[in-house]
Amino acid sequence: MNKLMIMLLIAFVGLTAQAQEKKSKNAKYDVEVNGNCDQCKKRIEKAAYGVKGVKSAVWSEETKNLHLIVDESKCSVDDVHAAVAKAGHDTGKLKADDKDYDNLHSCCQYSRS
Amino acid sequence: MHKLFLIGFLLCASFIQAQESLSGKVLDEQNQPLPGASIYWKGTSVNTVSGNDGTFTIPYNSDNTHLIVSYIGYITDTIVIQSPQTISHKMIIEKNNELSEVVVDKTRKSLERSQLKTANVTTMGSKELLKAACCNIAESFETNPSIDVNFTDALTGTKQIKMLGLTSPYLLIAEENIPSIRGASQAYGLSFVPGTWVESIQITKGAGSVVNGYESISGQINYELLKPVNDLPFFLNAYGDTGSRFELNTHFNKKVSDKWSSSLFLHGNARVSKNDMNDDGFLDNPVGKQFNIMNRWQYTDAEKGWVSFLNFRYMRDEKQGGQVDFDPDTDKFTTNNWGSEINTDKADVSAKLGYVFPDMPYQSIGLQTAFNWHKQDSYFGFNQYNIEQKSLYSNLIFNSIITNTLNKFATGVNFTYDDYNEYVFVNQFNGFNGNKYDRIDNSAGAFFEYTYDNAANFSAVLGGRVDVHNRLGTFFTPRMHLRYNPWKSATIRASAGRGKRAANIFAENQALFGSSRMLQPVTNGGSGKIYGLDPEIAWNYGVSFVQNVPLFGKNAEFVVDFYRTDFSKQVVVDLYASPQQALFYNLHGKSYANSLQLEFNLEITHHINVRTAYKYYDIKTDFASTGNQERPLQAKNRFFANFAYESHVHEGGGQWKFDTTYNLMGKQRLPYTGSNPAEYQMGDYSPSFSLFNAQVTRSFSSVFEMYAGGENIGNYQQKKAILGADDPFGAYFDSSIVYAPIFGQMYYVGLRFKIK
Repeated sequence: MNKLMIMLLIAFVGLTAQAQEKKSKNAKYDVEVNGNCDQCKKRIEKAAYGVKGVKSAVWSEETKNLHLIVDESKCSVDDVHAAVAKAGHDTGKLKADDKDYDNLHSCCQYSRS
Repeated sequence: MHKLFLIGFLLCASFIQAQESLSGKVLDEQNQPLPGASIYWKGTSVNTVSGNDGTFTIPYNSDNTHLIVSYIGYITDTIVIQSPQTISHKMIIEKNNELSEVVVDKTRKSLERSQLKTANVTTMGSKELLKAACCNIAESFETNPSIDVNFTDALTGTKQIKMLGLTSPYLLIAEENIPSIRGASQAYGLSFVPGTWVESIQITKGAGSVVNGYESISGQINYELLKPVNDLPFFLNAYGDTGSRFELNTHFNKKVSDKWSSSLFLHGNARVSKNDMNDDGFLDNPVGKQFNIMNRWQYTDAEKGWVSFLNFRYMRDEKQGGQVDFDPDTDKFTTNNWGSEINTDKADVSAKLGYVFPDMPYQSIGLQTAFNWHKQDSYFGFNQYNIEQKSLYSNLIFNSIITNTLNKFATGVNFTYDDYNEYVFVNQFNGFNGNKYDRIDNSAGAFFEYTYDNAANFSAVLGGRVDVHNRLGTFFTPRMHLRYNPWKSATIRASAGRGKRAANIFAENQALFGSSRMLQPVTNGGSGKIYGLDPEIAWNYGVSFVQNVPLFGKNAEFVVDFYRTDFSKQVVVDLYASPQQALFYNLHGKSYANSLQLEFNLEITHHINVRTAYKYYDIKTDFASTGNQERPLQAKNRFFANFAYESHVHEGGGQWKFDTTYNLMGKQRLPYTGSNPAEYQMGDYSPSFSLFNAQVTRSFSSVFEMYAGGENIGNYQQKKAILGADDPFGAYFDSSIVYAPIFGQMYYVGLRFKIK
């Protein structure tokens, strides 16, 4: 079992490294981010822009979609997930800490499970 | 590479699956598979998304017990998992989140003031433009409080616009961002753009962007024409009024291929019979006709990011004014009757090419080029004025970002070439004189404009350009705009900038030809490269504050703005020295224009809107003759109110619309007439007066509507519109002192028909 894990890990890392060689400077991502108002929009986009390498970040309240253009040689989309979650907004991949969620203005406390 | 990565990932996934995994299916409330639902183990980043058939597979190990399934619009569920069995989960719609049920009932305002734009920009949409049924864009501004519409003279019926108390030469008027009303077309240019061709108008108060040039001083007006790609296949507009003016507009549009579309606009107008309502022996409005044709082509390839426009236009305009009995064939250049003819030909070709980088939507390159030819032949009694202008304009703009879209910039170069040929035959110091003024102006410039936006409450635009001009010299034009939202629904703006321009004294002051004044440029120092006069230079500073508040549960908007324009150099038009002279000379001393505007707008219901504005102007110039004086023909106080009602749109598109505008004009300082005999004097100030317009539109369906309306319903008329009308070849004749409508009440009807 352990051997398999190690093999997997090596295979995975190897692939990732390979993928890193030619990273897109204008990679597009659509990330689901939970939020409910205009203030959330500002906060989410601000958090995304806080990540070095994010060139464009536009969140839509209607679709809960954060459209990103990132320079992958400077950051990964996971960094954006982390930054947005840190600001208190759950992303499709990462849930915000309850502490960060509770820090949101009461009107911004979107419904979550 | 991406594919490879994906295959690798799948491979890994299958390995993991070989370990232990949980699979299942997500269903919606109707037991249909729900694709795209997000599934993850609580407290981990192990996640997956349901496939098209609603199924999913997620790695499992015994540490993970709580599986979370979520989908927008559904209640997020947590399922406790004891063992990795196949599960089937039904999602339930979240009750308080009836996304699909919410109908967004927000009608687009006809006048929009953005909270996010850095500059003080008001956009007039097509709805607003329809409020002025007739006829050209000069009249479109009558329902807009930021712009004052005045008559220029008692002969041509030309309407002139003013912003911040300064006339249109101090505005940069652009057609799709290509400067259009300038030079020879300054006086009548706005009447050469039929209102139905225009899609929207953007009005920027104060210093504008540097991208379009250095000439704007008090503001910029940009009008966008209808775009062939989204134009209707056919549009017809017919108009007739009690002043015997008729208009016909027809638009044809065809999508030639999936990338090319084309529009053909035809405009014709004519005033067929002579009117003299005030019995002064002069026509209240010139008789004449205009024919205007434009063909536009648009190429769009959204996938590759190309968009291109090609425009061809030709216009012929003929006007005849003066005494009712004037017949050009027998009376031209005689003292039989006083008359005037103004014939204008205009041809334009313009092209635009834009490219947006497909993987970088924030980066683009645009090239604009325009060639236009303008020829006006005219006479006013014995005065003659002919001008021909050939212009070439070219602008290359590159837009991109610095690190991210919070920091944008535009940079580029442009080139302008103007070849003017003027012939002016007027009374001057040494008697009637024919003078030729031929000149070629050319300039090349480079600009850079940086925009910062913190995506929340602050933005700034800093721009600068350097131009090398054969007459204006080499100079730098800085412009700055700031925007800050201090609290909810409030916007503070500030702007500052410099503008420089060559005054085309004759083209811009054509109203003065309709008088027996001597027209004399006086060289009083300076470099004197334009009619012996200097270029004009001014700084404009402004602040504005907008607050949107709910008032008695209604949407209300308060606006305060203050702008100051300071001329360091100006060509002064002096009408105070003598009623028999108009002198043009370089400013010595101070000249400024202060403008304060208070606006209160209230949306009483979705259907009823009220706009009110009070405007205060303090505009003074040091005149060589009389010292510091108010500039003539400018009301110090103005009040504006507009009331609009729209009924609910019925099925099939039936609707009623009512719109009324009220304007109160305070007293205006008049040009000096004190040395004339008593009967040819007008006094120092005009009386104050009010004007009232109203319009009703009835839409019968979404394709057919009719409208009717009245202008100047209160029937206010300027008494003594033409000074010395009884002796037009005498020394006291003057048709340029116009402060109010000459024509009394006017009523009109029209129809609009579309094929969708």
